[in-house]
Amino acid sequence: MTAMTAAAPAGVGAKRGLLVLGALGAVVAVTLTAGVRYGLLLAIGLGIGLVLEGLRFGFAGPWRAMILRREPAGLLAQLLAIALVAIVAFPMLSTHGAELSGAQAPIGFAMVGGAFVFGAAMQIVLGCGSGTLVNAGSGNPVSLLALPFFCIGSFFGALNLVWWTDLGSLPILVLHGTTGLAVTLGLLALVAVVALAIAAPGTRRIPARLIVAAALLAALALANLVVAGQPWGVVYGLGLWVAKGATALGADLSGSAFWSAPGNAARVGQSVLTDITSLTNFGIIGGAFLIVAWKRGGLSQPLPKLPARAWIATVVAGLLLGYSSRLAFGCNVGAFFSGISTGSLHGWAWFVAGFAGSLVGVRLRPLLGLEGRA
Amino acid sequence: MTRHLTAGLALAFILGVVALDATGAPPNPYKAPAALAFGSGLPTSGGFCGAMPK
Repeated sequence: MTAMTAAAPAGVGAKRGLLVLGALGAVVAVTLTAGVRYGLLLAIGLGIGLVLEGLRFGFAGPWRAMILRREPAGLLAQLLAIALVAIVAFPMLSTHGAELSGAQAPIGFAMVGGAFVFGAAMQIVLGCGSGTLVNAGSGNPVSLLALPFFCIGSFFGALNLVWWTDLGSLPILVLHGTTGLAVTLGLLALVAVVALAIAAPGTRRIPARLIVAAALLAALALANLVVAGQPWGVVYGLGLWVAKGATALGADLSGSAFWSAPGNAARVGQSVLTDITSLTNFGIIGGAFLIVAWKRGGLSQPLPKLPARAWIATVVAGLLLGYSSRLAFGCNVGAFFSGISTGSLHGWAWFVAGFAGSLVGVRLRPLLGLEGRA
Repeated sequence: MTRHLTAGLALAFILGVVALDATGAPPNPYKAPAALAFGSGLPTSGGFCGAMPK
C-alpha cells in the first residue's frame, strides 16, 4: 500500500515532466525548422491555451451566463482584457504603423449577418473561435467534431468572401490616436456599466481568477502583435489548412479571388509552420491539452452521451462558425477582441450582431439536444 | 470512452496537418523574418481573418 501511494506521485511527476518537455521540444523544433519568430508564435499560442483552459476564461460561456442568468463577470473580464490591450496597442500602432497592423475591416451587410450567425452557432456548440480550439484540445468531443467543419466552413467562406462583401460595405472605419483610445475605453466602460446595471444581485464582482486571466491574455495578445506585426486571430489559419489540403488533392484555386490573391496563394504554397494564425492555433490546442493532461484524472472524464441530432447540429454549427466568421472578418478573437482593441469599428458592429445572434443560439441549443443543464 | 481518446485525437489532428503539409516546400530558417516584427522596419505579411484578399 505504501509502495503504491509512493509510486503514484512519481508517475504523475514523470508524466508532467514529459508534458513540459514535449511543449518545449515543439517550440524548439519549430524555431530550428522555421525561425525564431515562428517558435515564439507557437509559444504565445501555448500560453493562450494555458490561460484560457487553466483559468477558465472564455467568450461563449460568459455571454451565455449574461443572457440566461445575468452574470456579468466573464463579460467584464473580456472587456478588461480588451481595454488593457487597447491601452498599449493604440500608441504602438500610431508610432509603428509601418510595421504593425490592426484588425481593421469594413462594416457591411455580410459582415453584420456573419457575426449574427457566428454568435448563434457559437452558443449552439458552446465554443467560439478560440473556445473550439481550447475545448478540442481538452478532449471535448463536441468541439473536436466541430473543429474540422469549422475549418471547411472557413475555407468556403473565404472562397465566397468577395461576392458577399460586394453586397455592400462601408469604408474601413478606424479609431486611432489618443482620441480613438479614449472613445474605445469610454465605450468599453459604457458596456461594463450596462452589464453591471442589469446584473443579477450578488454577481457584480469579478473573481480574481478572471482578472489574472484577463491580464495574462492581454499580455499574450500584445506579444502576438509585437512578434507577428498583426493582432491575434484564429480563423485564417483554419481555412488555410483546407486550402492546402484541397490544393494537394489537385483542386485549382486560381479562380478564387481570395485564394488566388498573391499573399494567400503564397501562403498556400508555404509551410504551415510559417503561418501566424496556424501556429497560435496549434499552440492553443496544445496548451489546453497540457492543462487537462496535467490534472490528475483530467483525461479520465467520461464522454457525454448525446442524441444523434446533437452531433448533426454540431457538424452544421461547425460549418456555420467557419463560413460566417469569414464573412464577419473574424470571430470573437479576430473581430471582437482584436478589432475593438486596435480601433476597428467593425469590432463593435461584430459585438452587437454577435450578441444578438447569441440570444437566438442559447435558445436553439436545448432544442438541438446539446443541453445538459442550464 | 474517456477524454484520453478525444484529447489524443485533437493532438493527432495537429500532427496530421503538420505531417501532410511537410510533403510540400520546407521552411528555411535562414530566410526567416526578424524575431520581432516590432522594430524590424518591415511591414507585416501574415494572413489575417480581417484582411481583404491582397
